[in-house]
Amino acid sequence: MLKSLQRSLATLALAAGLAGTAQAAEITGAGASFVFPAMSRWSADYNAATGHRINYQSIGSGGGIAQIKANTVDFGSSDAPLKPQELAQSQLVQFPSVMGGIVPAFNVPGIAANQLRLDGKVLADIYLGRIGKWNDPAIAALNPGLALPDLRITVVHRSDGSGTTFNFVNYLSKVSPEWKEKVGEGTSVRWPTGVGGKGNEGVTAYVRQIRGAIGYIELSYALTNQVPYAQLRNAEGRFVQASSASIQAAAASARWSDSQDFHLVLTNAPGADSWPIAATNFILMSKKPKNAEGNRQAREFFRWVYANGDQAAAELGYVPLPDELVQQIEAYWGQHFN
Amino acid sequence: MARLDAFGDRLFRRLVTAAGWFVLLALAAAALSMYWGGREAFGQFGFGFLWSSDWDPVQEEYGALVPIYGTVVSTAIAMTIAVPVSFGIALFLTEVSPAWLRQPLGAAIELLAGIPSIIYGMWGLFVLAPFLAEHVYPRLDAWLGGWPLLGPLFSGPPLGIGMLTAGLVLAIMVIPFISSVMRDVFMTVPVRLKESAYALGSTTTEVAWNIILPYTRSAVVGGIFLGMGRALGETMAVTFVLGNAHQINASLLMPGNSIAASIANEFAEATTPMYQSALLALGFVLFIVTFVVLAAARLMLMRLNRREGR
Repeated sequence: MLKSLQRSLATLALAAGLAGTAQAAEITGAGASFVFPAMSRWSADYNAATGHRINYQSIGSGGGIAQIKANTVDFGSSDAPLKPQELAQSQLVQFPSVMGGIVPAFNVPGIAANQLRLDGKVLADIYLGRIGKWNDPAIAALNPGLALPDLRITVVHRSDGSGTTFNFVNYLSKVSPEWKEKVGEGTSVRWPTGVGGKGNEGVTAYVRQIRGAIGYIELSYALTNQVPYAQLRNAEGRFVQASSASIQAAAASARWSDSQDFHLVLTNAPGADSWPIAATNFILMSKKPKNAEGNRQAREFFRWVYANGDQAAAELGYVPLPDELVQQIEAYWGQHFN
Repeated sequence: MARLDAFGDRLFRRLVTAAGWFVLLALAAAALSMYWGGREAFGQFGFGFLWSSDWDPVQEEYGALVPIYGTVVSTAIAMTIAVPVSFGIALFLTEVSPAWLRQPLGAAIELLAGIPSIIYGMWGLFVLAPFLAEHVYPRLDAWLGGWPLLGPLFSGPPLGIGMLTAGLVLAIMVIPFISSVMRDVFMTVPVRLKESAYALGSTTTEVAWNIILPYTRSAVVGGIFLGMGRALGETMAVTFVLGNAHQINASLLMPGNSIAASIANEFAEATTPMYQSALLALGFVLFIVTFVVLAAARLMLMRLNRREGR
């Protein structure tokens, strides 16, 4: 009697377990912290819609790349795209997930948001320590009619390695040969001058506290903390304000179709309305996954995100991908997965 | 019964011995694994790693001088402030304070010790730093900035974040540790000794310097070590207020970097093997720095005790 009860219980448990795996998949991912807030929101919404769970660990791009190469997660994420050779070597595919913008925030008494105008060259010279005062002729030339004070510029940068830094210094390298030669690009670099704040919140805090400070932060941070930020001159020579629209314009005008494996950094993008420092987060997946079902489920998740996640992303200050780009991603999946 | 007792005793002995060895083992394992992780960086840069001030993740050139300097200087500032203040707190609590105040003051110190370091960091960044930048540092610069020797230490733009701020926050963090150890050992001074001194006409100051401090010296130094160890390795609070700039400045008002802060800041996005190795090597260097500082203090204490013997 007892034995038969045990047996039937075991069968029941086994059946329930099997049913569980068939219905609610657990998809694992790891990588950049930039995308973590969006990822959490999407996971919650996706879980509510389908019952599948996403377990995303925000351990940094470096960790994400290492984990997907080791095939221990279903997808990795990185703020800097991997080169096509590196992808081929590790049997990986790469596609964008969501975008954001980076703005030069400043603290200059008497100058309000979007009143100040800068261009890439001046921004690079400020970060190189060559422009040290706010009333420098180079800044004044871009801002006729604006009363610039005789105030020291304090440069603020990230102290932690970060995708935000990568995109910012990638932009500076594109617009200033001197920056490219002396400093270069990476998730952290040797800063010629300035102080380092930890995270977007650290940089924001320093910029707000130090009179005469300038720092680069994500647009969503600048908006929620009401820190003024400057207009920038884009690749077409027009001054633009950072906004969802100008970041999407950058993504739309970027020549994604020319790039292999979406290896494209969205800085200094062409287009009259493009914001010059847009950042893209990339998803990495294995072509030869250990867990084929997890791999398929992860793609289903991103398909769902592209179709239904735009509003949630926008609420959190991210910029969703333009539709043409999503179509290209679908085509790219078709080439690599069957 | 007796045999069972003997067995129990042997077992107890082994357990305690194992606990003792465990400390040494854990220490050796931590040091070794950090050295092993950092072997690539040590191999590449050799001893130059210790005195190169380069830290360039793009060119993959790493040196530990800036973080070592920041760690040592911020700890030195912290100890300069924390030791006298802790001594005062402990002496007040054991000798001067009215009885009704001892309990709440003691509880306050223990509470201070329980605050997580991230809270100290945020307080330092959002409250202390703006206050110092607005009211204190400009005055320091104006008063002391022109002095011949002290001047360079206190000149520069009042950012509010930097070495001195980090030292101040660290001091507040270690005061509870040092002062509670000091208070506990001051209470072990036999009342007989103190009362005899008072009976001979000593003042409280004389009792403190000539009776209490000599009697408790090695325990007091032990308490200071404890605080110093914590200050050397403190990460979160320092990261917030130190400024995290890879540069060495004469001025204490300017930002710097520390070993623990560098590791905490950069480890998550250290994408290349050499970068990770350099950070682990930094961890090993912190180990060495702490060891050297503590060993030096021990030696000093031993020499003091020997002189006492004569």
